[in-house]
Amino acid sequence: MRTTVSPAIHEHSPPAVPDPTQQERERAMKPTLRRITFAAALVAGLAAAGAQAQTTVKEPWVRGTVAQQKATGMFAQITSASGGKLVSASSAVAGVVEIHEMKMDGGVMKMRAMPAGLELPAGKTVELKPGGYHVMLLDLKQQLKEGETVALTLVVQGKDGKSETIEVKAPVRPLAAPGMSTMPAAMPASAAAHKH
Amino acid sequence: MAQRLLPSGRRGALWALSALSLAALTQGCSRRAAPAFTALDITGVDYGRDFRLLDAEGRTRTIADYRGKVVLVFFGFTQCPDVCPTALVRAAEVMRLLGPQAERLQVIFVTIDPERDTAALLREYPRAFHPSFVGLYGDAATTEATARDFKVFYNKVPTGGSYTMDHSTVSYAFDPAGKLRLAVKHSQDAKSLADDVRRLMG
Repeated sequence: MRTTVSPAIHEHSPPAVPDPTQQERERAMKPTLRRITFAAALVAGLAAAGAQAQTTVKEPWVRGTVAQQKATGMFAQITSASGGKLVSASSAVAGVVEIHEMKMDGGVMKMRAMPAGLELPAGKTVELKPGGYHVMLLDLKQQLKEGETVALTLVVQGKDGKSETIEVKAPVRPLAAPGMSTMPAAMPASAAAHKH
Repeated sequence: MAQRLLPSGRRGALWALSALSLAALTQGCSRRAAPAFTALDITGVDYGRDFRLLDAEGRTRTIADYRGKVVLVFFGFTQCPDVCPTALVRAAEVMRLLGPQAERLQVIFVTIDPERDTAALLREYPRAFHPSFVGLYGDAATTEATARDFKVFYNKVPTGGSYTMDHSTVSYAFDPAGKLRLAVKHSQDAKSLADDVRRLMG
């Protein structure tokens, strides 16, 4: 399930006597090549995981905290190929982890645990994002600083009743991170233009 | 209303025109003539006239302390993963949009969870969004009275071994004279809020 990719493996050693054109071409190609190899490795990793994993977790992130803050949220895009339920989550950084739903009710924010779990319809991406669902990390053991990574374990119960465990490594975004997904590709050009 | 007021003839048309401009001026009902606030204009309401709370340094703060500035007040709690950061991110974006005028806006975060939101936490949390943002708190009774006076609802809801808070997501804006002027919905965007704040600055 680990999809850690070491870029070092994909480094290309330059030829012994490089001619300048060749060198230039290499330099120009390198980032592209690296990106392709990275993407390929990522796909391979996901595919390997997919052999047993029905659920994929994309764009996970955790909102950073200030010292003494005891709770925060984890957000991600979760897709279960054959459908299931996100029933629980855990993390070493939090004493209690719950699946929460946030609702606005006449200008009042209401946040509730979902003891029955979060429904993941087959093949449909369920977005955990501010203003909707989130994995709530309570009783935090430490401050979560921007740039750090939080390891979480999600448990999805498939339609067949089998449990699937997904290890997620969620980068910590600043406490003041905007609520929306910052995935540039998913953002229309006009929206992107308003981001600064 | 305009149709009923519309008499025939040149004089009548003129009269109707001035009546319309008057309506536009007084009620701000014509967006093109005099752009209204995007937020709800609550000028003159008999609630939320003042507050008496403590800042992170333990100093008593009232609205008079911020005279000369537009004051934007939000009631929330720091264990809130979603709505409170979103409201404060918007406030930070308003600061950015205001440019140099931002020094005439004071953003205040009032906790409705003084049990867990300690003074130290209330110093750090608002600052994470903008260095000028201030966190205020009171004891349980003062918090309750302040929220009631601002028509802010909050309710402690147990979850797991802990609890969360249901709470109103409205932000309030005071003008530089310390008068409560606007109720800002959570859904209002930063751009229109910056425009509203600029109008309050006069």
